[in-house]
Formats: sequence, structure tokens, C-alpha cells
Amino acid sequence: MSLSEIEAATESEQVEQAAGNLRREAWRRLRRDPVAIVGFCLIAFFVLVALLAPLLAPYAPDAQPGRGMITPTNIPGPSAQHWFGLDASGRDELSRVIHGARQSLLVGVVSMLLGMIGGLTLGVLAGAFGGTVDSVVMRIVDVMLSIPGLLMAIAIAALLGASLTSVMIAIAIVNVPVFARLLRGQMLAQRGSDYVLAARSLGVRRRSIVFGHILPNSISPVIVQATLTLATAIIEAAALSFLGLGSADPRVPEWGRMLADTQRYLASAPHLALFPGLAIVVAALGFTMLGERLREAIDPKYRR
Amino acid sequence: MTSEAANAPAPEPTDPLLSVRGLEVHFPIRSGIVFERQVGAVRAVDGVDLDIPRGATVGLVGESGCGKSTLGRAILRLVEPTGGRVSFDGVDLRPLEGEELRRMRRQMQMVFQDPMASLDPRQNVQSVLTEPLRAHGIGGDHKARVRELLGLVGLPASAASRYPHEFSGGQRQRIGIARAIALEPQLIVADEPVSALDVSIQAQVVNLLEELQDRLGLTYLVIAHDLAVVRHIADVVAVMYLGTLVEQAPSDDLYARPLHPYTRALMSAVPIPDPVVEDTRERILLSGDLPSPANPPSGCRFHTRCPFRQPTRCDDERPVLRTVAGHPQAHRVACHWAEDIEAGRIQPVASAVVEPDAPAA
Amino acid sequence: MSVSISEARGPLLDVRDLSVAFTRKGSPDVRAVDGVTFTVSPGETVGLVGESGSGKSVTSLAVMGLLPPRGVRVGGQVLFDSDDLLTLPRDRMRDIRGRDIAMVFQDPMSSLNPVVPIGVQVAEVLERHQDLKGEPARRGAEDLLARVGIPDPRRRLKEYPHQLSGGMRQRALIAMALACKPRLLIADEPTTALDVTIQAQIIELLKELVQDTGASLVMITHDLGIVAGLCDTVHVMYSGRVVESAGRRELFAEPHHPYTGGLLASVPRLDAPRGAPLHPIPGSPTDVLQWSDGCAFAPRCPNRIEPCTGGPPPLESIGGRSLRCLNPLTESEEVPA
Repeated sequence: MSLSEIEAATESEQVEQAAGNLRREAWRRLRRDPVAIVGFCLIAFFVLVALLAPLLAPYAPDAQPGRGMITPTNIPGPSAQHWFGLDASGRDELSRVIHGARQSLLVGVVSMLLGMIGGLTLGVLAGAFGGTVDSVVMRIVDVMLSIPGLLMAIAIAALLGASLTSVMIAIAIVNVPVFARLLRGQMLAQRGSDYVLAARSLGVRRRSIVFGHILPNSISPVIVQATLTLATAIIEAAALSFLGLGSADPRVPEWGRMLADTQRYLASAPHLALFPGLAIVVAALGFTMLGERLREAIDPKYRR
Repeated sequence: MTSEAANAPAPEPTDPLLSVRGLEVHFPIRSGIVFERQVGAVRAVDGVDLDIPRGATVGLVGESGCGKSTLGRAILRLVEPTGGRVSFDGVDLRPLEGEELRRMRRQMQMVFQDPMASLDPRQNVQSVLTEPLRAHGIGGDHKARVRELLGLVGLPASAASRYPHEFSGGQRQRIGIARAIALEPQLIVADEPVSALDVSIQAQVVNLLEELQDRLGLTYLVIAHDLAVVRHIADVVAVMYLGTLVEQAPSDDLYARPLHPYTRALMSAVPIPDPVVEDTRERILLSGDLPSPANPPSGCRFHTRCPFRQPTRCDDERPVLRTVAGHPQAHRVACHWAEDIEAGRIQPVASAVVEPDAPAA
Repeated sequence: MSVSISEARGPLLDVRDLSVAFTRKGSPDVRAVDGVTFTVSPGETVGLVGESGSGKSVTSLAVMGLLPPRGVRVGGQVLFDSDDLLTLPRDRMRDIRGRDIAMVFQDPMSSLNPVVPIGVQVAEVLERHQDLKGEPARRGAEDLLARVGIPDPRRRLKEYPHQLSGGMRQRALIAMALACKPRLLIADEPTTALDVTIQAQIIELLKELVQDTGASLVMITHDLGIVAGLCDTVHVMYSGRVVESAGRRELFAEPHHPYTGGLLASVPRLDAPRGAPLHPIPGSPTDVLQWSDGCAFAPRCPNRIEPCTGGPPPLESIGGRSLRCLNPLTESEEVPA
């Protein structure tokens, strides 16, 4: 007499179409979910800040308006003039955090997209053909997954040399097996479904079945994963540039490197660590909140 | 269901539309950590002979796990047979590959049990019904064809722009049937076409299938666990148990004079919505469950549960389908003791028989 | 609505005007059960028959107090031993549920704990309700498994639910239900997931148990055939209300409600001559009218007359049976035997 059983019984007795349109139902659940709304607002805020950075930031990211106020022992904290204080070179911290959003968003979106494209390609190959192709692809994926993601990203980024591009490529490669495995699993499940069998029995060609039926019905969890990947990509990008593997240009503000640069001043100027750190957490949190709730909304299995 | 095969003493065996001989589907059981090797096989279908005459309806009845769905799919080459022969309209289907097989599919279609699962939730009805036309490069006015198909299955033309979830279960099954007849096939394999539907809807779909057969001259293989439905719709009924056919007969003959102990037990288990009948009929209860098809019993597959089991032959000699004196040629049974059981010389074990209830309170 | 037997001995279960509505913010309430009244006498087998959406399962869950507390509004009375189960505190309800009323569900797998052996699960019930401990509880469990026809019960005690077949699992569940010696057993589609030969075994088992223990049985099913062979009294439900109640012989011999008649005419009978046409009920169970506007079955009813859509038809009792219909079937319209 589990609760799920009771729910199932009561739900089946209710109007049948309640479970009907999954997508509309998911959207309806999402709109009424406070966590998803908060997540969405955080993301919207983050994206707006990134897009409008030149308008919002009081100073250029490489301007040094407070140059004269800096001494090795005194880095001024937040004030009416500089809300987030100044950094060790006398630059306005707020302006740098705002401009840093552009870098994070860029790295996050590009590496997620690259990772997704790579993963989808492998996943479609494995899921559509099965057999030997599937075995080979999945063994490669298994090997990649067995290496800790960040470690692999560091290795790849180091190999490619420190630059923004190599950070993006490194993170993308780390995410390829995640997407590949997810999509392949979904496609295998769909492949055994009745409507795919129906399409086969009608004599529909394999290509049409894969791209017309299997793929569109497998894609929802991939979208969820993409949202979640944005969160980890932002954190990983910060981590890589914290380790000095990011853009070589010190004038380009990047949250991870801003954190790295403040190590020496942690005791005297904690605000330098606080604000970029907070920015990373908030941006990642936004995508995580939305992604998790999106997952729950799309897949009733995860509903609590 | 106007087929003449029903009442004729012997249905014309000449030129059946579909002919199945010795069909086998064995699913390998693999084991091993690094190198997988085959350690056994699930004998889902294990040597089935079946003829489906043109324009007739053959019913295939059996319980879950007996292999009836696998048989239906193997006939359509939706699962690969591991042995035997299937010929359709004189063409051997087994060696067909790729494009040849795909073209052949136009002639043989399938109706599924769960109408919701068998429709892609993202396709509207228009797209569902034109997909087969597109797949086979059939031109013409697709819109008009969809209207015509919807009319044939009793749905309004306005259904074309709607999605599967907007319909009730019965309507969805009508869409599935419309899709199956879109290519004007000769044969339709209907796998449990009504069992997922509400009771009051089942008859609608049964009647629709019969009507379409009359109009379009279809040949049906109807697979179902419900003997009452099969008896209603089929001219000839084949009873399947653990991968093999145990009895095959014209529908009326099977009901009036079942020969195989399993058929008798199956019939006595089907509840009849009439208290008078229920209170007066004797039941044969089977003990235990279906044995595993990976390790089927020796001899007669049914001997482990058979209430009429004899000490000889049953457990070491596999019975084949044969005719029995006093029954039409078309009535065939796979039981060594069919004559003795029918004559009452062999009685079931007492524990298997439930006498009718005392007149109900 | 009460039947003559119940008046003589006093009913064991007396459901009065039970209604269940599912509430959801932002959308209108869904009335799953709407004024259902019936009684179950000691030793009686009562059938609740209906299709999906008829409210039969929700009725049983409401009686068992198993509806989720939130989002559900329950009204009416469910009297068991003159206690109203709907107003009983949760812990007393739990006592009654284990001791006096037991339930068997359609899917035995989800009602059994997958990681605990069958024997332990049955023994647990004995320990809780019959104060047996250790070896006696184990032996009690073995007896119960043997009683419900599980072969080799001693070995089966140690097996896990997934090692049993569907029929065996349902038997194990019935054994657990019997462990507390209930006076009322509610079976919700207990054989729907099973094959017909296994179904026959389970039905026969339930019949025997009712005869041997004197317990009452409420059988919830969509299958008229099962009802015909098993139930003393039958209530036919449609869209949340009882539309016709009668003794089983009367009901099948002379269905008065067009829905009952329609159901009987639409199911193929194994014993009907071949070629006998089926007369389906048009439309689908989702084509309903709100009861407040008229008869819910009116949109599908061949006997519909003007007043049917003018307001809810009352439930009227005539000669030991009751009927909610303004234009019932006359004798000539009844289903062919």
C-alpha cells in the first residue's frame, strides 16, 4: 500500500487526459515552482548583466580609477564610490565582476554547446546503430568517464596552452561523454517502444525513424542536462583560470583568475575574494536550480 | 467476417495467403564478464505451423509468455526468426533483406495492444496517417486520403490536426487501425487489439475490425489472451502453449468439442457474465504456473500441469498436431490421449476439478 | 439500497452517501465519487463494477482511509461496527486496517516489500496482529502460505517477491491479508494483471476463503464475468455514482439500467453462438455529463429522453433493487441471453 500506488489509483480515476500533454504539463508545473522561478530570475539577471556590462559597469574593466589609493597594506573595501571596493591594481571591483560575467557566460555557453554537439553525435551513432558501433563508442565513453572531469579538463587545457579557447575546448571534451551516454540511453529506450516498432512495420526507413521519432522523443533530458552543464562549466572555467590555464591577457576580467589574484590579500582584503566567489556561486546556482526543477517537471519519476 | 472458411467442413488448404512452417524464434541467453558466450536459449516460438487462408481471420490465443506476440512479430519479420519458413502470397519472406523487405511490409501491417504507446506523442494524426504513404513514395492527395481513412474508422475529418493525447483510448485505437490500413495491406496482424480498452469500448473496435474486413477484403491474424474475443472474431482458432500450438480448429468446433486438456482448462477458466451458467459449470483448475521457456519440459510441454497426464508417453514423447477421428480435418490437436480423454476413458485428477456451486443462496 | 439479508443481521460495513473530490488549486474539483451508498453484511460478497473513471477504486481507498490527506475532500459516512471510519483518528484507523479490514491490490509486486523474504513479511503481520513471536510466527506463516495454495511453502518462505510468479505473489498478498483474520476483505481488481487460468485459481481461492472464514468480501472489478460467478450483490458504478444495484441473478437476468444492459450486450461471450453480433455502447467513458446537469450516461444512452438532461436522476428502490434511471430498459429491450 505504497503512496505511489494510491496516487496511481486516484490519478487513473481522475480525468484521463491529466497526464496528457507532457510538455504543456511540464511548463505548467515549472511556472508554479518557486525554486524554478528563482533559478530563472538568477539566470536572467546574470545574462542581462553580461549583455549590458558596458552600460552597467561604472568604469572600464581595465581602468584604474583608484590607483593612488592602493598601498601594499591597504586595499580599500566597499565604499559609496566603489561599491565592491578596489582590487590590488586600483581597478573598480564592481566593474570587473560585471565584465567577468561576459567571460563566464561565453565560456559556459560555448563549451556546453560544443560538448553537447559532440555528445549528441556520438550518442546518435551509438543509439541509432547499436551493435558494434554502440560497443566501441560506449567503451570510449566509459574510459573518458572514468577520469575525473576536472583533472581531464586541466590536462587538456594544459596540453592546448593557456587561452580562453583551450578552456572552452577542455570543458567541452569533458562533457561529451556525459551527453553521449545520456542520449544513447534515452534512444535505446525509445528504440524498443511500440511506436518505433509501428514505424518499422510500416516500412519507414531507418533514417526517418531515428531523426523523425527516436531523437525528438529523447531530447528532453538532454536539454535538462545542458542547463545543468552550464552551471558546472562556469565553475570549471573558473577553476581552470584560477589555476592559470585561462586567458593570458590580465586585462580581461575573469572570475576564476580574479580569485587567484587575491590569494595574497586574503587577510587584508577579503572582499576581493568574496565578490567574484559570490558571482560564481550565484550564476551556477541559478542554472542548477532551474535545471533540477526542469528535470522534475519533465520527468515525473523525479517528482517528490 | 463473411468468410466461407468458418462453416465449411474443411477450409480450402490451397493457396493460403500466409503459410508458416516450423517457425522458431530462440532468444539467446548470454553470460560472461569479458567474453559473452551463449549459455542457453529462450524458446519463445518453437516449431509452429500455421496457415492463414485469404480473407479469413485466424485467432491465436494463449496466456502471457506463451510466445504468441513473438510469433506475430516473427511473421512480420519485426523479430528475426531463428528457424523455419514464412511465405506470404507465395513469396518466401526469410531471405528478404533491406529494401526488398521494406517494400514487402506494405502488404502486411500490424495493430498494437496499447494505442497510446504505439503512437508517437509528437505526431498529429495527419502526420501519423501520411507517414506510411511518404515512406513508400505514394503520391496523390494526402489530405483527401487522410479524410477517407478517418471516415473508414469512424473518426471525423477534424481529427487530422489533433494529437494522440487529445483522444480517448478507443479513438486512439481507431487511429492505429487507420494507420494499418493506409497502405491497403492484404494481411493485418492485430496483437491484443482490444485488451487495453475499456469494456464498453472493446466491442466498438471488434465491430470496426469486422466491418473493415468486409469492405477491404482483409486477412487477419488476431492475437489475444481473451478466448471469448477470439472466438467471436476468428474463423479458425489456434491455441498456443509455451512456444507451440497445442490445438487448432474452426472456431465453433473448438468451442463445442475442445480436445486438448489445456484448451479445456482455458475455456473453463473464462468467466461468463451469466450467473446461471457460472453456477452450473464444472471448472478444471490448472496447478502451478507456466514453466520457463528457457527450460521447457520434455515430451508434451503441458504435461507438468496437465490434469489428464498419463504415466506413459506424456513426459518423453513430443506430440505433434494431428487429426482425430470423428472431427473435421481442420481440427488438429497435439495430445497423445485426445481420443481417450474425449471418450471419458481418461478422467482428470480429482483435485483439478471444481464442481459447480450448490444452488446459490 | 440495503438488501434484505443486511436488514436481518445488521450490516458489517455501511457506506452512506460517500463522496470524494480531488481538489487542485486553479482548477475545478474533480468529483471521483459522488454520493455512493451501499452495505456489506457479514459473510456477504459484494461487487463494485465499473470501467475506468467510475470511482470504484477511489471508493475502496476512501473506505480504507488510504487516500492522500492533501488535495482530497471526503464526505459522508463509512460505518464499520458503528464506528465512522472517516472520522476515526489515524492510529485507530491503522489498527482496524490491519486487524478487521484487509485489502488486496491489482499489482501485488508494489504491495510487497521487494527486499524482505515473503515468509518474514507474512510473519510480521502475525507478530503485529496475533502476538505470535519467533518460531510460532514462522510456522503460522508457513500454514498461511499452504492455505492459499502456494506449493512447497517452507521453501517459499525464504524467497523474495521477485522470485515468485504473478499468481504466487497475489497468493502471498492474500496470505498476508488473511494473517490478521479480517472480517472484511477488499479486493481491488485482484486478477486483472493475471492470466485467465491463474485468475480462475485466485477467484476459487477467494470463494473458499469467504466460505471458510465467514469474512465479507468487496470485489472491485471491471469484469462482469467475475461478478456473475462470485458476488451476492452487485453495484454498477458510472462516473462516480451507483447507477444500479441488485442481487446478481436479478441483475444479470433483468438489467434495468441502459448502462448495465449495454455492458452485457457489448462483451463477447464464450458460450454465445458465433456470429452473434456485439452491440457496443457508443462514445467513450470520458463523454460524461456532470451529474448536476442530468444523467452522466445520457450522452451515450440509447434510451435517453428529454428529462434525462434536465437534472440528476434520483436513486429509486423497487423490490430489493435500486436504479438511477428515468427511462429504464423494458423487458423487450433487455439483452439477449
